[in-house]
Amino acid sequence: MSTVNDITPSEKIDFSSDQEVRWCPGCGDYSILKQVQTVLEQSGKKKEDVVFISGIGCSSRFPYYLDTFGLHSIHGRAPAIVSGLRSVRPELSVWMITGDGDALSIGGNHIIHLLRRNVDVNVLLFNNEIYGLTKGQYSPTSPEGVVTRSTPMGSTDHRFNPLALVKGADGTFIARSMDRDPKHMREVLARADAHRGTSLVEIYQNCNVFNDGAFEVFTDKASKPANTLFVEHGKPLLFADGTKGICIKEMKPHIIDIGPEFSPDDCWIHDERDNFKASVLVRMFDDTHREGAFPRPFGVFFVHDRPTHETKLQAQVTKAKEVKGLGDLDALLKGAHTWTIK
Amino acid sequence: MMQVLFSFKAERTFAMRSRMETPTRNKPVEARQNVVILFAGDSGDGIQLTGSQFTDTNALFGNDVSTFPNYPAEIRAPQGTLAGVSGYQLHFGSVEIFTPGDQCDVLVVMNAAALKANLSKLKPGGTIIANTDGFDKKNLRLAGYIDEADPLTDGSLVNFLLHSVDITKLTRTALEDTTLGMKEKDRCKNMFVLGFINWMYSRENALTEAFLDRKFGKKPEVLEANRRALVAGYNYGETSETFTMRFEVKAAPMPKGTYRSITGNQGTALGLIAGAQKAKLDLFYGSYPITPASEILHELSKHKNFGVITFQAEDEIAAISSAIGASYGGAIGITASSGPGIALKTEAMGLAFMLEIPLVIVNVQRGGPSTGLPTRTEQADLWQAVLGRNGEAPIPVIAASTPIDCFDMAFEAVQLAIEHMTPVILLTDGYIANGSEPWRFPSSKDLPEIKPPHIQARKNGDPFLPYLRDERGVRPWALPGQAGLQHRIGGIEKQDKTGNISYDPENHEKMVRLRAEKVARIADRYKPIRLDSGPTEGELLVVGWGSTYGAIRTAALQLQAEGMTVAHVHLRHLFPFNKGLGPLLKKYKKVLVPEMNSGQLRQMLRAEFLVDAQGLNKIQGMPFTSEEIKTAIIDLLKS
Repeated sequence: MSTVNDITPSEKIDFSSDQEVRWCPGCGDYSILKQVQTVLEQSGKKKEDVVFISGIGCSSRFPYYLDTFGLHSIHGRAPAIVSGLRSVRPELSVWMITGDGDALSIGGNHIIHLLRRNVDVNVLLFNNEIYGLTKGQYSPTSPEGVVTRSTPMGSTDHRFNPLALVKGADGTFIARSMDRDPKHMREVLARADAHRGTSLVEIYQNCNVFNDGAFEVFTDKASKPANTLFVEHGKPLLFADGTKGICIKEMKPHIIDIGPEFSPDDCWIHDERDNFKASVLVRMFDDTHREGAFPRPFGVFFVHDRPTHETKLQAQVTKAKEVKGLGDLDALLKGAHTWTIK
Repeated sequence: MMQVLFSFKAERTFAMRSRMETPTRNKPVEARQNVVILFAGDSGDGIQLTGSQFTDTNALFGNDVSTFPNYPAEIRAPQGTLAGVSGYQLHFGSVEIFTPGDQCDVLVVMNAAALKANLSKLKPGGTIIANTDGFDKKNLRLAGYIDEADPLTDGSLVNFLLHSVDITKLTRTALEDTTLGMKEKDRCKNMFVLGFINWMYSRENALTEAFLDRKFGKKPEVLEANRRALVAGYNYGETSETFTMRFEVKAAPMPKGTYRSITGNQGTALGLIAGAQKAKLDLFYGSYPITPASEILHELSKHKNFGVITFQAEDEIAAISSAIGASYGGAIGITASSGPGIALKTEAMGLAFMLEIPLVIVNVQRGGPSTGLPTRTEQADLWQAVLGRNGEAPIPVIAASTPIDCFDMAFEAVQLAIEHMTPVILLTDGYIANGSEPWRFPSSKDLPEIKPPHIQARKNGDPFLPYLRDERGVRPWALPGQAGLQHRIGGIEKQDKTGNISYDPENHEKMVRLRAEKVARIADRYKPIRLDSGPTEGELLVVGWGSTYGAIRTAALQLQAEGMTVAHVHLRHLFPFNKGLGPLLKKYKKVLVPEMNSGQLRQMLRAEFLVDAQGLNKIQGMPFTSEEIKTAIIDLLKS
């Protein structure tokens, strides 16, 4: 292989490919594509050093629209393909594009193993709570009782809480963002990219054809403040334009009113490195219609530094070469015991 | 029928002698051309170790050898039952040996179940060496002997030469002044047996003693006990009055050179590494443990200093998918499994075919369908390999015929995959994967270089066409990190040359044809087809593939010696076929295809060449005997 790395970026590198984008007009994917392109442009990476790997689904067309290396693979298997690629090419910047069906249903087994191994990849999980490409069946993140083309009497399945699943699999970077908040998404994606290990960002993405408005309560200007909680490292957990906060008492979160009785100082201060608090944050997954429901958190919930899988694999190869010397094929073929016929 | 009674005198003599180096040899020695010996016992009796040590000793001596380990699927099946019987069959000789042998000359059994399970494999007049301790009432009952009738004493074995030896007691006596517990002492029984067999066939204990030193170096007491049991067994042969004769199998006229012993799975692993080395690529092996393919994972994981990365994936799908990811990154991605695991890999094979990237898939076949017979052998995955994908996705399929051939074919699989940018399926099976034979290993300089179709990075901004093919129909292998070669590929149908998504009807047909043509052209590089033995035209051609090689070769050579015009061709390339195969088939009046399936290759030959091929089909999880093949040939010649 010969790699040419001496191209000087002339002003700004354009990461968009020459392919026509074919998502439905109004799809939340457009916004995510734009933010990813922007983050890549700002990162100073060379196009040839970036690889996008996807599974199957609307979101998985993503690699075609970037002028990087791209592999549009098969349903659910992107985490395994990423694991193999990173094992042999740890220097590349690898991004994985997946959806709620791809990652949590057909690829559910692979995603948890990717997370526990901590393969260094940025996983963008586009969650639209519906199967779009197959035209509107419920997904593992759809709420129970939802009426779709495959569930005319309502879904009977309890749904996944994706980030609780990620936490359970010992994910080392856990975050949530949304398609309608480009600035927030850019910040979270840049953080995800900087993290060494599996960075999983769940992105609430509106499917305006089959599940329009699924996240409206979090994105609509009127309802957003009361129902969303944007967490920032070192800052108190405040929402509803600063009128409410969250504190922890007796190991449990409580909503408090900021005013004469409580000040922001009484709130839980977000600490991305706090394993316990991260477990509580990912569990804030209430139905927003419920009385006294917790707001839905967004931002970076948890960051943990743990050696990546590929680092450990490569270290074993390096050590084996040090201890045994570079492989000698003739010695290998000969083996330990031989005899000679004269 | 002979019965060995243990005398006090013998016991003392051997207890004393067990501390001596080598006893004097004073019993007559009779020469044998070849011997088949089957060791059988409970799966915890150390049978596999006994068998493999005696194999190594004979190989080192210069015999040609062929082995067939046969063990239960359960790790520790109920003791004493037929289900728990583990066997190790060894054929060694002063002549060329092609199979582990149809029938045994000697049957060594540690208990009643082992006798019951294997007696049918013993030749009339063959020798039985039976551990009497394994024939108590409980063992007889577990083995299913009616009314606990003891075959060692009831005269039912009158047609065999029976030696009843209380191996357990003799072993315990030899170890009586050690501090080991009874259980540990009894574990040395297999070494007593090995020592005795070494004596019986005029072999030294030295190789096994060195092995014990390596294995138990850190446990001096266990080492000492095993060594003592080994020597005790040897001395027992020397001193026991019932064994009046020893045998000798002289060295075989093997081609000059340096040899080692190798199993099929080892051969596969080494062939894969050699291929990667000759291509100057790192090797990535994605795998999920499965019988009988796991030894490939174990072997490869020892050789990380060759740039080998082994990845024990979460499942079979991840195993192949990770290998695809590694190939995409520029390593040679490899995965292996057996039937059920291969079934799970099917969709990903289609992806690799569509991406047109190198990938090697090894199927160590076992009895199917479904979970089938995990520890038994079969050749029933041929159609799965050739046809088992959605859409038209022809993948080259090659097959190994012997443990040594596993090395050659694994190397070729890597070579074809890389040089033709395609997944390649290598078929082996449990019979040759676990079997071993002496290998006159090659020198690395005799192996050809493998040339990946890499492409230079570019700075000039010229568009890169990832599916622009060369004259063989092969596309370039552009790797992430190479400037100017960014491109997108996937499982969706792609436009010719650009690789962009295309649903154009005519483009699809063109692409299906281009991909098929690329694979078909691989036959251009095959060497001309060569008969394994026999006349170039005549009455009958036996067409074999895979592990039936030894049995067919033995049968064909014997019948040729008897003057029959029988020829044998053994196929290594099952898809695409060798171009010389069609014309060859037409040169014989009759074609016989022996297979351990219901006739999969036979149907492929009939479909491809319109030849009236007849089948010999055995689906018992056990290999053919050469007698079975001889009979089928004679019957077909007569018909």
